[in-house]
Amino acid sequence: MGKAIAFLTRTRGRGDGSQRLHWTDWFTYGYLFLGIVLMFGPVVWLVMSSFKTDAELNNFPPRFLPYAQESVVLDGHKKPLPLFTVTEGELAGTQVAQVRRVGIVSQMVKLDAPDEIIKIKVKEREPVEKLALAWENYTDLFKRFNFLQFLWNSTFITIISTLIMLLVNSMAAFALSKYEFRGRTTVLALIIGTLMIPQTVVLVPLFLVVREMGMINSLWGVIIPGAATPTGVFLLRQYMLTIPDEILDAARMDKASEWKIYWRIILPLSAPAIAVLAILAIMWRWNDFLWPLIVLSRTENFTLQLALNSFQGEMQTQWSSLLAMTVLTLLPIAVVFAFLQKYIATGIASTGGK
Amino acid sequence: MMKLKKNVVGQLVLLASLGTAASFAQAQELRFMCSTDGNECEVIDELVTRFEQENEGVDITVDIVPYKSIQENLPVQLAAGSGPDIAKVTDLGGLSQYYLDITPYVEADYWEQSFGDILNWYRKSADDKGIYGLHSQLTITGGYINRTLFDQAEIEPPAADASWEEWAEAVAKVADATETPYLMAMDRSGHRIAGPAISDGAKLFADDGTPALVDEGFTRFVTKFVEWNNNGTMLRDVWAGTGGDTYQDAAQEFISGSLVYYYSGSWQVGKFDSEIGDAFDWQVVGTPCGEVACTGMPGGAGIVGFSSTEQPEIVGKLLDYLAREDNYAELTARTRNIPAHAAVAAKGVDYEGASAPAAAALNAWGKQVEKVSPVAYAYQGYKHNRAMFGITMTRVSQAIVGELSIEEAMERATADLEQTMAEVESK
Amino acid sequence: MARMISYCMRIIEIPMLYLQKRLGISRLAWVFLLPNLLLFGLFAFLPVVLNFVYAMTGSDQILLQDRTFVGMGNYQTLTSCEDFLNPNSCKDDLFWRAVYNTFWFVLLQVGFMVGFALLTALMLNSKIRARGFFRSVFFFPVLLSPVVVALIWKWILQREGLANAALEGMGFDTINWLLDRHWAFFWSVFISVWAHMGFYTLILLAGLQAIPRDVYEAASMDAASPFRTFRRITLPLLMPTMIVVLVLSLIKSVQTFDEVYAFTGGGPGSATTLLIQYVYETGFAGTPRLFGLASAASILLAVVLVILTCLQLWASRRNVNG
Repeated sequence: MGKAIAFLTRTRGRGDGSQRLHWTDWFTYGYLFLGIVLMFGPVVWLVMSSFKTDAELNNFPPRFLPYAQESVVLDGHKKPLPLFTVTEGELAGTQVAQVRRVGIVSQMVKLDAPDEIIKIKVKEREPVEKLALAWENYTDLFKRFNFLQFLWNSTFITIISTLIMLLVNSMAAFALSKYEFRGRTTVLALIIGTLMIPQTVVLVPLFLVVREMGMINSLWGVIIPGAATPTGVFLLRQYMLTIPDEILDAARMDKASEWKIYWRIILPLSAPAIAVLAILAIMWRWNDFLWPLIVLSRTENFTLQLALNSFQGEMQTQWSSLLAMTVLTLLPIAVVFAFLQKYIATGIASTGGK
Repeated sequence: MMKLKKNVVGQLVLLASLGTAASFAQAQELRFMCSTDGNECEVIDELVTRFEQENEGVDITVDIVPYKSIQENLPVQLAAGSGPDIAKVTDLGGLSQYYLDITPYVEADYWEQSFGDILNWYRKSADDKGIYGLHSQLTITGGYINRTLFDQAEIEPPAADASWEEWAEAVAKVADATETPYLMAMDRSGHRIAGPAISDGAKLFADDGTPALVDEGFTRFVTKFVEWNNNGTMLRDVWAGTGGDTYQDAAQEFISGSLVYYYSGSWQVGKFDSEIGDAFDWQVVGTPCGEVACTGMPGGAGIVGFSSTEQPEIVGKLLDYLAREDNYAELTARTRNIPAHAAVAAKGVDYEGASAPAAAALNAWGKQVEKVSPVAYAYQGYKHNRAMFGITMTRVSQAIVGELSIEEAMERATADLEQTMAEVESK
Repeated sequence: MARMISYCMRIIEIPMLYLQKRLGISRLAWVFLLPNLLLFGLFAFLPVVLNFVYAMTGSDQILLQDRTFVGMGNYQTLTSCEDFLNPNSCKDDLFWRAVYNTFWFVLLQVGFMVGFALLTALMLNSKIRARGFFRSVFFFPVLLSPVVVALIWKWILQREGLANAALEGMGFDTINWLLDRHWAFFWSVFISVWAHMGFYTLILLAGLQAIPRDVYEAASMDAASPFRTFRRITLPLLMPTMIVVLVLSLIKSVQTFDEVYAFTGGGPGSATTLLIQYVYETGFAGTPRLFGLASAASILLAVVLVILTCLQLWASRRNVNG
């Protein structure tokens, strides 16, 4: 236990000089690799599944790689015929093409004699399969939807809403953490109090407010209420409290205006918290479903999440399209993350070093 | 690089200003909110486009939205006065207060002759004679069997007048002989279970017309159903696997060939046709018989106009256009639905391009329509039936998983309905 | 980009400087607060106030003017129970089932999540290769929308899914994960921990990295045992961050909805029906829409949350001071 704690609490700067991996290092790497499997595995599975045909999706046990049945074009048959291998009887092992199937009997032809029908029981044949990515799951989406329009709507909402939220929340957090004024506790209590009621439960009153503002069926109806979440103020204030007041006083001595203190000192110093909030805000707005669903009902201002859900009808779900669309909505946010991730790492490192 | 960024900002500003400008430019435009299980919205969109070509200056945009939008948001939007002009809806009675009466713009006799009693589903009350909606998608609930499994087991499927018990017995034998894992399944839906319950004598309404969900017949079928779920006759996953008002089907299991008997409805034909292919033969068997009837539930979706529209005449004309015999026949054929239009039904629909099994299935469903009991019609046309469906689903599921006994579940269902009626009548 | 922002900021500085001179520093705080208060007041606070009004009305109409006033009736419906420990004896049994489910869910989810987040943060803070990569690995699921999280795991855990294929491959019987109330509950907690752990790991990691290194060096010179170092140095110094993590995760946990709803639908029966789902189904998704009852339930929920948060803050403050 002691040793486990030793490596758990060891920081990067405190090497003991030996190059040999200790068993605790093995444990760490074991844990982390298990983490990779657990965190990425399901997503990889989702991506693989999105390349499967509907028929393959229904298969049990499921296979990791997507397969599709092979088919051949034979003389005298207009359509390509699916290929099977016979598993029992005198023809066992040969490949035959199926012309049609009636009940439990397949009518097959040999590849070298395409006119001669042979009858084989359904149970005595096996499909010949090959690896095939069902790109049509994706290409169908582009045919069916104005994908770029939805992408643009989602991006517009996400970026504008995040920018507004960061600016407005950081200003408020600055006021709440660095000023003493009457009513501060009240405002803080109100903000934290509202944190207790999630948007889901005030959907109807919120809808009525937004309607009064004339923002129904407009992207602003998603952007503006989205920027008003209290979580950001709370997070940023907690972080700004750790910035020493002496820095501010020194700046005031130099006759810096309060606004300058805010954006020249406080903002850069809170970069890690702002980065975290930026990622969260981007993610919230990008993934938001319920609220846009209520505000936007016209196809031209649909977001990707709404388009994704139009695959769920009353009675049926088109899994192949749904999975492909899910992967598509994931891609942009994964790219954004890849960029911001670096920024967070450096942001945390620079403040952590002080 | 700087230039590009300026460009982006410029676009943002432009878009923002467009957003406000656009709302004025669209004043003459009609919006049609549509959600789809298959290709209905696409076919409707084509027909609408044809209508636009025949009528100059008419601009109708079909918005294909998630079903959730229709189910959850449309009512809120309508109440707040910000709904679309036209929509394809499924909660026919629940939204009736917002419908536009199109009688002034259409030939009422033609509509009465073509759609008859189905027009009642859209009406506010029994003495309301208005015409409100075009029933574009008539559905019937009932069973499908995996015929190939019956053939392999060399068991003849029970006759059309067979009871649930006979079916259960036959299906068990088939599953045993063919080593199929699941015997029967029924969609998790208050609408689906209603047909068999009515067949078993459920009346659903008291003599004075007020709703009374629980009675002897209803309890009889629920008791059987719960027992079947717990002894493996019914695939337990469907009803017990989820909670609340969540809909759940068993189409995947049927398509993959691991389910012998599937109680669902006519809307599955298109999906089965394309996804089962020739993996096995499937067949429509309708609803097994109970004590008093062998009825499925009718249902479906219809196209309605809303009274808040600024151009009621165009809305009326569009509905009339879609209701024209040739257009309606085309819509029915291409969307693989059963016709609700009497003349179209009488002539029979030529399901062009449908495979032989799909066409056979659709015609078999068409024949089921005449077996539908008046109680089922009344239930489907009842304004608050969705509330009753929801209560059924929640409480029967609780009985299946053992949270409540059957008696408790039925008591709760009665109390739920009372509370609901008290709320909706308290205005 | 940076130049543009800097330009904008300089423009804003002009009126701000004027206001600073006119109002003085302490009243300038309100100027900083104003945009947030406007947004917040209109789109977060006003709906909550309306929610209180809705909670005192009945009927299924949406507009307030069409609704009937029922006073405390909705609260009475929710709280009339013969025995509060037995949901079956309550008038609204589903509400109380949701209450108990939420209680256990929060207890388990917050416990496991904060525990694993701390463990992971400590691991990521130790001397390992490719730290940036591992950090993003654990953060990745946070990016997924709740619906996608539910979809992925449902896809894996369905009867004919990957998990059962693996069990069968190893020669075990398959399990119907989402049909057994205990398994369904377990997986609901699991996917929720899976999806949110990365966020708290990141916050805790930031907290850990903010601990000055020389403190540890002093400790190692004193030859303090590592366990002691953790308890006496790391934990107390991490406490402010821990409070944020605990408060936020508790609030978010009580409010869990989307992922569990999309995952189990609240089933089997009502085994994983959480409070927000009850509110959502009663007031919005179900027919008829009982907004009044739903609003009342959400207010009861908020009251409990406020009490819990205050307790937590009070306890942690005592902990830090003592």
